[in-house]
Amino acid sequence: MIKAPICKIIPFSNVDGPGNRMAIFFQGCPFNCWYCHNPETINLCNHCGLCVDTCPEKALSMIHNQVTWNEQQCISCDQCLATCPNQSSPKVKSYTTDDVMVQVDELSPFIRGLTVSGGEAMMYPEFLTELFQKVKKYPLNILIDSNGYRPFADYPMLLDLIDGVMLDVKSIDPSFHKKLTGQDNTIVIENLKYLISINKLYEVRIVCLPSYDEQNRKTIQQVSQIIQHHCRLKLIKYRPYGVTDNGLDILGKETFSEVLFEEYKQLAKAFGVKDIAMI
Amino acid sequence: MSDVYKIVTDKTLTYKQQFVLLAKIGENTDTTIPYNPLWIQAIEEGMVCDLFEGALPYRPRYIIPDYHVLMEKGSDFLELGAPTDLWEAIHSLLIMYNHVPSVSSFPVFLGDLDTLLDPFIKDEQEAEKAIRLFMLHIDRVFTDSFVHANIGPKDTKAGRIILKVTKELQTAVPNMTVKYDPDITSDEFASLCASTMLDTAKPSFANHKMFTEEFGEGYALASCYNGLRLAGGGYTLPRLKLASIAQKAQSIEHFKNELLPYYVQLMSEFMDMRIRFMVEEASFFKSNFLVKEGFIKQENFVGMFGMVGLAESVNTLLEIDDLKKGYGHLQEADDLGEDIIKHLDHLISLHPAPYSENSQNRYWLHAQVGIERDGLGSSPGTRIPVGAEPETHKQINHSTRFHKYFPAGTGDIYRFDETWKKTPEALVDIIRGALLRGVRYFSGYCENNDVVRVTGYLVKRSELEKLDRKEAVKNHATVLGQGSRDLAKALDRRVNRQ
Repeated sequence: MIKAPICKIIPFSNVDGPGNRMAIFFQGCPFNCWYCHNPETINLCNHCGLCVDTCPEKALSMIHNQVTWNEQQCISCDQCLATCPNQSSPKVKSYTTDDVMVQVDELSPFIRGLTVSGGEAMMYPEFLTELFQKVKKYPLNILIDSNGYRPFADYPMLLDLIDGVMLDVKSIDPSFHKKLTGQDNTIVIENLKYLISINKLYEVRIVCLPSYDEQNRKTIQQVSQIIQHHCRLKLIKYRPYGVTDNGLDILGKETFSEVLFEEYKQLAKAFGVKDIAMI
Repeated sequence: MSDVYKIVTDKTLTYKQQFVLLAKIGENTDTTIPYNPLWIQAIEEGMVCDLFEGALPYRPRYIIPDYHVLMEKGSDFLELGAPTDLWEAIHSLLIMYNHVPSVSSFPVFLGDLDTLLDPFIKDEQEAEKAIRLFMLHIDRVFTDSFVHANIGPKDTKAGRIILKVTKELQTAVPNMTVKYDPDITSDEFASLCASTMLDTAKPSFANHKMFTEEFGEGYALASCYNGLRLAGGGYTLPRLKLASIAQKAQSIEHFKNELLPYYVQLMSEFMDMRIRFMVEEASFFKSNFLVKEGFIKQENFVGMFGMVGLAESVNTLLEIDDLKKGYGHLQEADDLGEDIIKHLDHLISLHPAPYSENSQNRYWLHAQVGIERDGLGSSPGTRIPVGAEPETHKQINHSTRFHKYFPAGTGDIYRFDETWKKTPEALVDIIRGALLRGVRYFSGYCENNDVVRVTGYLVKRSELEKLDRKEAVKNHATVLGQGSRDLAKALDRRVNRQ
């Protein structure tokens, strides 16, 4: 049976799509964004063992050259994450789709849907397809939260199973996207257009950055022109929490003004977006 | 120093609070009802509790008048005709509330306010003003958090206005319940209720389907969360203190087969005596206008069989010390808990209850919320101890095992962080699921609000602070809240966080 690394399952989430949802966070992400809030989800653990010695509760140990996490002993102080030089976490567990379904079954009466996020959930498309086939037995809405690095057009079966994608467009400018995330954005933009064409785009998110006003405007304007009234646009204000030192060096510890944020909203509105959320 | 002297010189009590306490001392000088000395001994040993109802009951503990009678016919005794507009309807209700007795002397049920008032709503702006003044009047005059209003299940203009002014006023009184049925209540109205609950800790959600199956349409939620028949009420409410009884048990079998039957018998006899006196000798059911004019009917009353401290009794019987590894967390403990309640329900059902014609001639189980002096050693009803609650969905699933046994009232309280205020519809998802799974009553509040739910009733933190400074406060329940906060950590329950 297929397995995938999952770093966290939130039983009740009210911020990952409509209504109350189960949110599953996969480990691993091909992007490395300046402002990433959970950089410990970027890489898989390489079992270097540095975190073992710094754990104050002795909840981590080396067994057969593998860092092993004792969940019962862990007090969630996150010292291991601070120690890790590899942008990873020893608290990741490998799940089969049946393991996840045990929780889906328990939560199903209380949730409207399920959202997979990360890291980057689309690193595990086969796992998602198998999982969602099982989830379909419940009257649950399914959303994928993705950075769009992998072409959705290659996964028609997966797309049939889901209700929509919440897509991040980090930047419309190819060279700025490369600087910001370390990766090219060609596929992201293709995904944006493709998902609209098959009516599977639930929401687009743009993180607005301090001191990159021109880039912010360019992305908002061009994305708005593409999506128009087809889906919601969520504008997210940069926040310094959880950001790495490198990210803080570039973006700073402050964010920008509410006045400017409101201008961004008006800009999106002017290009035809009707549903705009701001957080 | 006499108790009377203590009350008369206590600067933290208002005049009305002193008056009620002094009346209780007067009542307790009577020795007419020959209570069993073994019952008195059981009270003294802390095995049972009479909740200080007084020695000679001159009215039932809880009264649930059918206020629709007032709207349709008015009242001869009160010399009121049937109201013809909203102002008259509100005025009639406010007059009548003053004539509805209870154990606290305040009316514990104010009616299905939305259905009572909705037919009179013409101009919405005027209606909003009238209802705002009405709700303000209730808070300032009926100064007790056990005063309880109902709304729902239908989405009405009156219901929406009540929610709007409730949000604005931020008062602890009245307590409020929405009767919720996803098949009848609109999603938008349910969301408005959830949003109001996150802002001001009310209304709580009652499982309308479940209550109508047991009572028919005519039921009410009163006081904390007591399920009672409309045009009826609750005669009396003593309680078994399961935590103490378990301390005395030599084994689980001894607890179930000897101690429980013994205390159930003692308490049933105690209730029999009080109810017989109320119906046969006290003037209330013979001459009170509520009875004579059809606002209530004796046969709709029931004796409420209360219990507290299931969690601690189970942990004691299984010799579990760590709260996070016992009741609420361990299958074996939860199974034993349900087994005890099922057995208790069976024992109660064997005793024929007098004057309980519309209640299958038996006493009905009530999960009592505890009193402040119970402290940490005895959790309300069947609740998991505060501070040891598991994740919300697990707590809900746990509740569903128990709520079915408690038609006369039970409920759990959930605490949410600020983010939920932006997504009340997500909270409705949780509540809808919980009720469909068999939760009877769901209360919630936001962690940092002024108005918060203590065990079943509401207090304002700002009033608690006033009381901490030894100043008198309007709401008597604030005194209880202070005790529960200090002795039972009642405000420290787990928060559902993002």
